[in-house]
Amino acid sequence: MNKQASFIITAVENGIGMITLNRPKVLNAINTAMVGQIVQAMEQFDRNEHVKVIVLQGTGRAFAAGADIDEMLEKNTIELELLNQFEDWDRITWVKKPIIGAVQGFALGGGFELALCCDMLLAADDAEFGFPEVGLGIMPGAGGTQRLTKLIGKTNAMKWLLTGQRFSAKQALDYGIVNSLLPAELLSEETMKLAKTISEMPPLSLRLIKEAVHKAVDLPLSEGMHAERKNFYLLFSSEDQKEGMCAFKEKRKPVFKGI
Amino acid sequence: MEKAVQYEVSEGIARLTFNRSDKLNSFNEQMHTEMLLALKDANKNPDVRCLIITGNGRAFSAGEDLDGVTEDMDHGEVIRKRYAPVMIQLSKMKMPVIAAVNGIAAGSGFSLALACDFRLMHEKAKLVQAFIHVGLIPDSGNLYYLPKLIGHAKALELALFGEKINASQALDLGLATRVVAGENWHDEVNQFADRLALMPTKAVGIIKQQLQKSWEYPLEEFLDCESFSQRIAGLTSDHQEGVKAFREKRLPEFKGN
Repeated sequence: MNKQASFIITAVENGIGMITLNRPKVLNAINTAMVGQIVQAMEQFDRNEHVKVIVLQGTGRAFAAGADIDEMLEKNTIELELLNQFEDWDRITWVKKPIIGAVQGFALGGGFELALCCDMLLAADDAEFGFPEVGLGIMPGAGGTQRLTKLIGKTNAMKWLLTGQRFSAKQALDYGIVNSLLPAELLSEETMKLAKTISEMPPLSLRLIKEAVHKAVDLPLSEGMHAERKNFYLLFSSEDQKEGMCAFKEKRKPVFKGI
Repeated sequence: MEKAVQYEVSEGIARLTFNRSDKLNSFNEQMHTEMLLALKDANKNPDVRCLIITGNGRAFSAGEDLDGVTEDMDHGEVIRKRYAPVMIQLSKMKMPVIAAVNGIAAGSGFSLALACDFRLMHEKAKLVQAFIHVGLIPDSGNLYYLPKLIGHAKALELALFGEKINASQALDLGLATRVVAGENWHDEVNQFADRLALMPTKAVGIIKQQLQKSWEYPLEEFLDCESFSQRIAGLTSDHQEGVKAFREKRLPEFKGN
């Protein structure tokens, strides 16, 4: 299944829902329509039983280098409030299936925020990250200050947000922003390998684990523990739990059905 | 304004020639800017399968142009803004880089030669670790590359005593790849470059990276990188050609990718 949309390309292959940002001429600068398309594609994948995991990747020299400046230049406060453009971004948070981001080249501004919306990130070793917003007299508005701070702590987040400087893939790895670095030539291949590994896991476990990890980021420990426990119990209503545990006991490979 | 760096590409070989012979090819801002542009261009150009760096006139490079050194100069900023970007770009070159040391290489001129993959030395060329004589430390990656090339003890000796090293001493130390007699200079440099330019360049570039990683990574991570590197090399058409040529008992014709 291939569908050509205006700013993204989507495809489903072997349980993996692929979203490729496709405005390479403008280094995949993000505009409102593109975000809308990304969210729509993710929500469709979320409801598509053939998709177990979602992969988000760029094209050309960038994952996504910032937002469309022209689109925002003349906006005033009230227009932005009424437009409520970040609502689409919030919907990415509600996607239940794991999202793997593959970052090559630039992930700047809105592009970096989009990367931070992913559950896991693989990066090419030439990738560059940064929030240049401060230099434009604005600031990140799609979660940049919040997600970066939660990931790398206040002190480090302040430095990159206040200076607008870019940092390297190696630094992103050291901070724990990305899971691993890969040669650019192999980024796509290795991303698909990781996606395949995850896609073979029981979907309900993936779903409830992702939910619990998100709680850990957002909630006090006691509430997170509570949520984890409920999800743990919940999995014992699934056929895959019986299958997984029986297969382990019988020393055979489990066959998961996602129910 | 005359170019401080001449740059041309022909038949698979890029030549970057310092062109401030009246100043012994000493570095100033213009020279660094032009050099950085040339290096970036060479790295983007798939036709470039070997890079030669050399100088016009008597010197390879005499290091920083002392005309620009003032009392209130911030030496750290000079390195950050001018030297470091060039050294980092050099470390990223995907093709073999030859320093054709045609004459004296002093100070940061010496450092630059150290950052290249090969140092062909004219028989009359000299290397000078000049920094200590003006109360400075060897910069531009000098102390990064030097101990890797000749060992810690010798590196310290050169850095502290700053004595001139002639071509045959450089060969003994392992600093010079080859010493070339004056009358053969151009031919030998070109032959050496030609040979490199016919190699499977992608694999050559990866070998350079992988060797560098041997200094930086523990064995397990190194082997991890190695598996990726070999995967990339295994995807090249030069690999296919190499295997094919071997089976057909002929010399391979590598295209560099």
